[in-house]
Amino acid sequence: MSNNGGTPVPLLAGRDLARKHGRTQALRGASLELHTGEILAVTGTSGSGKSTLLHCLAGIVRPDQGSVVYAGQRLDQLPEKRLSVLRRTDFGVVFQFGQLIPELTAQDNVALPLMLAGTARTQAHARAGEWLERFGVRGQEELRPGELSGGQAQRVALARALVTGPKVVFADEPTGALDSLATEQVMTALVHAVRESGTSVLLITHDAQVAAYADREVRLIDGAVAAEVAA
Amino acid sequence: MVPMSTRHILLGLLATGPSHGYDLKRRHDERFPQARPLAYGQVYTTLQRLVRDGLAEVEGTDSDGGPERTVYRSTDDGSSELSRWAGEIAPPAPFVTNEIFAKVVVSILSNGDPDAYLRAQRTAHMERMRELTAVKTAKDADLATVLSADYALNHLDADLRWMTTTAARLTTLTAEVDAA
Repeated sequence: MSNNGGTPVPLLAGRDLARKHGRTQALRGASLELHTGEILAVTGTSGSGKSTLLHCLAGIVRPDQGSVVYAGQRLDQLPEKRLSVLRRTDFGVVFQFGQLIPELTAQDNVALPLMLAGTARTQAHARAGEWLERFGVRGQEELRPGELSGGQAQRVALARALVTGPKVVFADEPTGALDSLATEQVMTALVHAVRESGTSVLLITHDAQVAAYADREVRLIDGAVAAEVAA
Repeated sequence: MVPMSTRHILLGLLATGPSHGYDLKRRHDERFPQARPLAYGQVYTTLQRLVRDGLAEVEGTDSDGGPERTVYRSTDDGSSELSRWAGEIAPPAPFVTNEIFAKVVVSILSNGDPDAYLRAQRTAHMERMRELTAVKTAKDADLATVLSADYALNHLDADLRWMTTTAARLTTLTAEVDAA
């Protein structure tokens, strides 16, 4: 994908984003670009504005200033209805705690987004099964989130985020509550899956070992992107 | 940094059975994939010293169609020396002699720009961590590769944590100096 200048057009771009939370200025002029198929890590200390940046880029909150352009359209100006359709069709989201529905089995959790989009139950279940297998949680389909380990639950959450074939996955500290071996399993599964499907990932983390799974790192300091310094 | 004990590593490799220098070098490089490869010269000198000290002995020669090679085996003294060394506690880094640490201190002393240095060093560390992560997550990565990449990753990560904290301390320090 390139424009006439030969520079690749980013799939998602935030420019000069500012956003206040109460009296806290969480973002002060943050800009970044995410390209097709790219895994981008956004790192920074607690309170540097990482999660707010993800929320603005994913269309969960609107920035006070600046723009968010996704596939050629201004996300920050899109009416709520169209925005919520786009979030459902094009984006997948994973948080530190997977937010799986506790009453549903792993397979039902993964099948749910497909069924909400109109896929028949049998077909949705088959697709969910394939994704659970890809994430190494085959055999646990019938378990409920409370019966899964932290690492298994996060892999189910990732399967749920990817099952609809999103263009971008937003992951906010997806391994924040896991030990290093479970982290490795979750990250390896995520990287292998998105490399196959060509999905872009915006990965928020404070952990350098997790950021090292990404292609590139953008560092946030006090709500803005730190200038890049050549090594 | 305490140098790795080549003699004990060779004794360790001999613990699985008699072997010749060429084979020991090859197995060393396989078992310690991220370590500096052993030079053949070093392998032979070390083997001769092990024999001199009674920790290894010559078992015979092996030609196997090619050039004749001396085959060594560990002695009983060699085995007990190996288990003594393997159980001995390594000193938990008694002195801080790290180049990154030294550069930051010198930079503060000389009114340099430690912050810019720390950011550039972070970029280099992250680049290396991405390489190691790619090596480790490759579908055909064997256990020795995974273990050595993990070891390197955790040490680079420790550097990065120290660098992040230091950068934050420098900001506070500068603010205090400016306010004075």
